[in-house]
Amino acid sequence: MTADILTITDLKKYFVVGHKGIRRREPITVKAVDGVSFAVREGETFGLVGESGSGKSTVAYVTVGMYRPTAGSIHFRGQPLFGEKGERPLALKKEIQIVFQDPGSSLNPRRTIKQILELPLRIHRPQDNRLEQILALLEMVELPADYMYKYPRMLGGGEKQMVAIARALATQPSFVILDEPTSALDVSIQGKIINLLMRLQREFHLSYLFITHDLSLMRNVASRVAIMYLGKVCEIAETVEFFRSPYHPYTQMLLSSIPVVSEEEEQLKPRKIISTGEIPSPVNIPSGCSFHLRCPYKMEICTRIDPVMVQVGEGHLVRCHLHGQPGEASHEE
Amino acid sequence: MSSTPLLLEIKDLHVHFAVYGGRLKVLDGVNFVMQSGERVGLVGEAGCGKTTTMKAILQVLPTPPAVIPCGEIYFKGRDLLKMNPNQLQQIRGRGISMIFQDPTAALNPVFTVGQQLKAVIKHSAVRGRPLSADEVHQRAIQSLQEVALADPERLLKSYPIQLSGGMRQRVCIGMALATNPELLIADEPGTSLDVTIQDQVLRLLHRLVKEKNTSVILITHTLGIVREMTDRVYVMYAGNIVEVAPTAGLFSRPMHPYTIGLMQAVPRLTGGGVSDGIPGRIPNYLQPPTGCRFHPRCPHVMDICRQEKPASYQVDDDHYVACFLYRGEEGKGS
Repeated sequence: MTADILTITDLKKYFVVGHKGIRRREPITVKAVDGVSFAVREGETFGLVGESGSGKSTVAYVTVGMYRPTAGSIHFRGQPLFGEKGERPLALKKEIQIVFQDPGSSLNPRRTIKQILELPLRIHRPQDNRLEQILALLEMVELPADYMYKYPRMLGGGEKQMVAIARALATQPSFVILDEPTSALDVSIQGKIINLLMRLQREFHLSYLFITHDLSLMRNVASRVAIMYLGKVCEIAETVEFFRSPYHPYTQMLLSSIPVVSEEEEQLKPRKIISTGEIPSPVNIPSGCSFHLRCPYKMEICTRIDPVMVQVGEGHLVRCHLHGQPGEASHEE
Repeated sequence: MSSTPLLLEIKDLHVHFAVYGGRLKVLDGVNFVMQSGERVGLVGEAGCGKTTTMKAILQVLPTPPAVIPCGEIYFKGRDLLKMNPNQLQQIRGRGISMIFQDPTAALNPVFTVGQQLKAVIKHSAVRGRPLSADEVHQRAIQSLQEVALADPERLLKSYPIQLSGGMRQRVCIGMALATNPELLIADEPGTSLDVTIQDQVLRLLHRLVKEKNTSVILITHTLGIVREMTDRVYVMYAGNIVEVAPTAGLFSRPMHPYTIGLMQAVPRLTGGGVSDGIPGRIPNYLQPPTGCRFHPRCPHVMDICRQEKPASYQVDDDHYVACFLYRGEEGKGS
C-alpha cells in the first residue's frame, strides 16, 4: 500500500453570487463543492469525472490555492494546505502545479515560450542556470529548442498544451492537477499528450489528479476514479472495478450515454439507463439526494434524506440509498 | 447507385477564403452524394472543412472573404450555386435546414423563443396561403411538444437565456424541424452539451427524423456518434473527402491511413492505453501540401503521394478511398 500524497477531507466551497430578501441581506450561495472527501495516493493517477457544474474544477482550484475553502481541509503529505497564515509557503506551491484545459488562454499571448517557462524557474529555482533548464524542459515535452523564441499563437493546440505542461513541471512538482488537459484538442493529438503525461509520470514519479468528463479516456489513464455530481462525490472505485460494476444510478447513466466505436465496448456498458432530466442549477440543489429528480430508482427516502457514503467492496464507495446496507449490496437490474 | 434521383449532389466543390497574405484554399474538390431518406455522417477534425462545406450548401458563407472558384451543388437536381436569392430563400427552411453546434449563439438573445420560432413558421408558409396568428401559435406549440419540452406556452414567452443548454438545443431542433424540411444538416448538435444531455438530444433527433422521414447530414468529430446515428459516412481531411463507406463497413474495415489513425486515437472503454494518434497537425491552408494533403502525416507515404492527388478508388460496394495504396484494388469489390 502506498502512502497518500493528498488527502481532501469534507471540503466545502460556497460562492456568494448575489443577495435576496427585502433588504438584500440574505446571501444567495452556490454550493460548488459540498463535502468532498478523497485521497490521492503517491504515484497514482486519480480521475475526477463529472459534468459541467459538478464542481470538479473548483476542487482543483482550491487544491492549487486559487480559492480558500469554506470548510474542510486538504493535507499534502500530512501538512495542511490552508494553515493559519494567509499565504501558502513557497515550498508547497512548488510541489503542487496545474495544467489548465485551454492552452490558448492559459499562455500569455505576448510572451515568448522562453519567457513563459522562465517565470516559474525564476521564482522557484533561482540558483539554477535558466537557459539550460528551459532547454531541458522543452526536451522533456519533445519540443524543438528553437520553440523558445516563438509566441503561443505560432504553435498548434497540442504544442501549446505541451508548453503548459512544461511550465507546470518547471518547478519540479510532485503533484500535478490536470484539468481537462485534452478536451480542447483534437482526438488525433490527444493521444500524444496523454502518452507524454504518462511517460513523465513514470520518469519523475508524479501523482496526478486528472479531471475530465470523458469516461473512455479515464478508463485508459486513471488507477482510481471518483464521480462527482452537483458538488458531491457519488462513487469512488478502482478503475477496473468501476467499469465492471458501477453501482450508483448516475454512474450507470453516465456510462450508458457514452458513444462508443466498437461492439466490444457496447457490451461493457450497463444495460441502457435512459438519460432523463436536466442537471439542476447548483444555486437550487434538490432536497435529499441531489440526483433524485433524474434517478430511475427513486424511492421515497431519496427526496428527504441525503445518503451517506458506504463501502460496497474493496475500495469501492457509493453514496446511494439503494446500497444503504454495506455488505448486503445485492442489486441486479 | 440506384436510379432514384439524388437528394443532394456536390461536384468538385472548391472554396477559398481571400485573406491578408493570400488565399486559404480550404475545400479542395469535395464530392458528396446522398439519396432521399439517408442518414449520412461527415467526420473530421476541427478545421478540416466540414462546416464550410455545409455552409456552402446553404449559401451562408460570408462572401467576401469566401470565394467559390468552381463546383456545383445540386439539391434535387437544381444547382444551388446558380439560384437567385429568392429561390434560395425557398430552399432554406422548407428544403434544407440546419442545427448549429452552439445553441446559445444560434438563438437571438433579445427575442423570445416564441418570436423566433413563429418567424420561422410564418416564413415557411410564404408561398402558400398565409397562416393566421392562431395557426402559427398552434404550430409553434406543436413543434415544442415534439422536442419533448414541457410547458410550451411558458417557453414561448421565455428568452433563450432563461433556458438551459439542453433546452436551447431542443428549441433549435424544434425550430429546424418546424418547417418539415427534406434535408436536415446537424452540425455537431451535442458537442457543447454534457454527455448525458448529449445522449438525450441525439436520441430525440434520431426519433424525430425517423418519424418525419427527414434526410440527415450529421457533422461531428466524435466517431462513436457516427456509429450510432448514421447509415453512411464521409471522412474528411483538410478539405478533401478521403473515405466514403457504409457505417458498419467503415468501422469494421477502415482503409485510409487517416481513418485508421483516427480510429486508433479514440480511447476505448475496454482499456488498453491510448495510441499516440497521428503525428503533425492539420496543414496550413495558405500553402497546402502538394499531392495528397495527408502525405506529411501519413505513415505509408510514397513518392507519388507528394506529386499527385489521389483519385477516389472503389474498394468494396459503396466503399471508396482516396489513397494510392488502394489503386490496384479498384473494382475488385464490385
